[in-house]
Amino acid sequence: MRCGEFRTSYAADMAIFESAFARRALAVFLVGLAALPFFASAYWLDVLGRIGIAIIGAAGLNILTGFTGQISLGNAAFLAVGAYTTAALSSRFGLPFPVTVPLSGLAAAFAGMFFGIPSLRLKGLYLAMATLAAHFIIGFVVVHWESATGGVNGISVPAAHLFGVELDSDFRLYFLVLPLAIALLFFARNLFRTKVGKAFVAIRDHDISAEVMGVNVFRYKLLAFGVSSFYIGVAGSLLAYQARLISPENFPISLGIDYLGMIIIGGLGSILGSILGAVFITLLPEVLRLATSALSGSYPGLVELFASIKMGVFGLAIVLFLIFEPDGLAARWRTIRNYWKLYPFSY
Amino acid sequence: MELFLQLVLNGLVVGSIYALVALGFVIIYKATSILNFAQGEFLMLGAYVCLAIMTRFAVPFVWAFVLTLGFSVLLGLALERIVLRPLIGEPVISVIMVTLGLSSVLKAIVQGIWGTDTRPFPQVFSTTPVQLGPLPVSQGYLWSIACVTLLLALFTAFFRGTRAGIAMRATAFSQQVALSMGISVKRIFALSWSIAAVVSAAGGILLASVRGGVDGSLAFFGLKVIPVVILGGLDSVAGAIVGGLVIGVLENLSGGYLDPLVGGGVKEVAPFVALVLILMVKPYGLFGKVHIERV
Repeated sequence: MRCGEFRTSYAADMAIFESAFARRALAVFLVGLAALPFFASAYWLDVLGRIGIAIIGAAGLNILTGFTGQISLGNAAFLAVGAYTTAALSSRFGLPFPVTVPLSGLAAAFAGMFFGIPSLRLKGLYLAMATLAAHFIIGFVVVHWESATGGVNGISVPAAHLFGVELDSDFRLYFLVLPLAIALLFFARNLFRTKVGKAFVAIRDHDISAEVMGVNVFRYKLLAFGVSSFYIGVAGSLLAYQARLISPENFPISLGIDYLGMIIIGGLGSILGSILGAVFITLLPEVLRLATSALSGSYPGLVELFASIKMGVFGLAIVLFLIFEPDGLAARWRTIRNYWKLYPFSY
Repeated sequence: MELFLQLVLNGLVVGSIYALVALGFVIIYKATSILNFAQGEFLMLGAYVCLAIMTRFAVPFVWAFVLTLGFSVLLGLALERIVLRPLIGEPVISVIMVTLGLSSVLKAIVQGIWGTDTRPFPQVFSTTPVQLGPLPVSQGYLWSIACVTLLLALFTAFFRGTRAGIAMRATAFSQQVALSMGISVKRIFALSWSIAAVVSAAGGILLASVRGGVDGSLAFFGLKVIPVVILGGLDSVAGAIVGGLVIGVLENLSGGYLDPLVGGGVKEVAPFVALVLILMVKPYGLFGKVHIERV
């Protein structure tokens, strides 16, 4: 009997799917996902949409932070760039989503690379600083460039449309978000089977060694930042289509920190981790909301405290995960899976 | 001209507080190589605790100030022991994230206890302005600058003169060498966190008394400190002081002159524009040690 995973060739080692079973399980899971909205209530459709968007953003951030080892605190701003690009293009020129979504990604990628340039010459922490600055500078531009962004009042976004079909409900939008998320995740997964992806990982592990081995550190760091910001821009674009009205308040600095929380809790340097983390962080406030409303009968003050509870639990989750499970949910998932794979002989 | 002087003065007051908070930031970075993104929350918490001691127990300001500093020492020690120590040796991102998580928790605690409304901070300094040349200056400003100068002088003396201070500098220079000289690096880490908490709390209290109110926006000052330390150099105490004053004056001047032209917000964004420019021109700041890596 086969107990465990045995890879006997490089091809098996490089395969996207570990086994035929994994491929089939994924196919069933995807069919389930496609069927999900037919059974979900309006509330859960909204949550599902947000989860899908968060997954795209988290995967993008994980490419930069988890795989390339660069820390970005400006994710909220790059989301905003994506969202506002979509808003401006679709409200002003009435462009359909196959044009606006990639353009939003590109706009965010350019913004990201622009702020990346000064810091990429330096190591680690400086990118965090520069992206923090990017957050405030982009925020300033968004508020003051009123003709394009609507300033503090925000801008309304027409529904995503193509050939007269309008994705004007959470239900319909889901069928844009889901395939996009799958495609982008697939791309990310594949990226790390290529030379480029391996260069990213080499830079994360030791930049000087990477340079010595012939990786152009500056170029690949910039590329990682561009790819990552592209993902985040796409997420921002979808966010605009979902919210239908965006204003600077939609993109506080804490949003960027939420995304960092996702990849920390999910697992750095793991595509699966991005998914799990995005699901966890998006569901956390919903679960807390259910819990507080259930408990509000016995503790009436709880509802007013909800905002602080949400923030506190988020922070606590990050701190506890970092102390007790630094590799995140993805590592936990692997442990559980391996346990069952070998059950009952778990040694 | 009057406007200019007024703006410069405001800048110096705020800048001196930046310098104080940046000092805490730099101390933590030097000793432990951690960027503490919870610095602003230390500051906010300090202001709230001081306010609570003053209003709840009717303690005079000076004693409340001292008690708050005592509280901050304990806070710094506890956080270092519970949260930061398990992460020694973990990658940079983990440590940065833990301070971000910490900032979230502290903010939540403050909001949970004191709510989000602005609370008036008792008038601790006399309101009659002092005439300083052509300029009427509020006494709170002068006291604030005096306090900051005193604290900065004390800490400079501490770093130069005392055993603990020298041990801290040694640890900052090289942890391994410090260990081999019999310095307890863990104790130094704890010490630097409590010093950072103390200077931030002091900054928070002074800021609250200058502004006359306490609210969640105080936490924002923790982020404002980042341009300061980048300008001064991440690992330079002198840089923190110079950087604080420069950024304070810069944001007030740019706010005062440019805000009417573009309609607000310049004051908040100017330090960050400066940050990007500094990273382009002189990435290690004015006094920072240039990092050279040899393999």
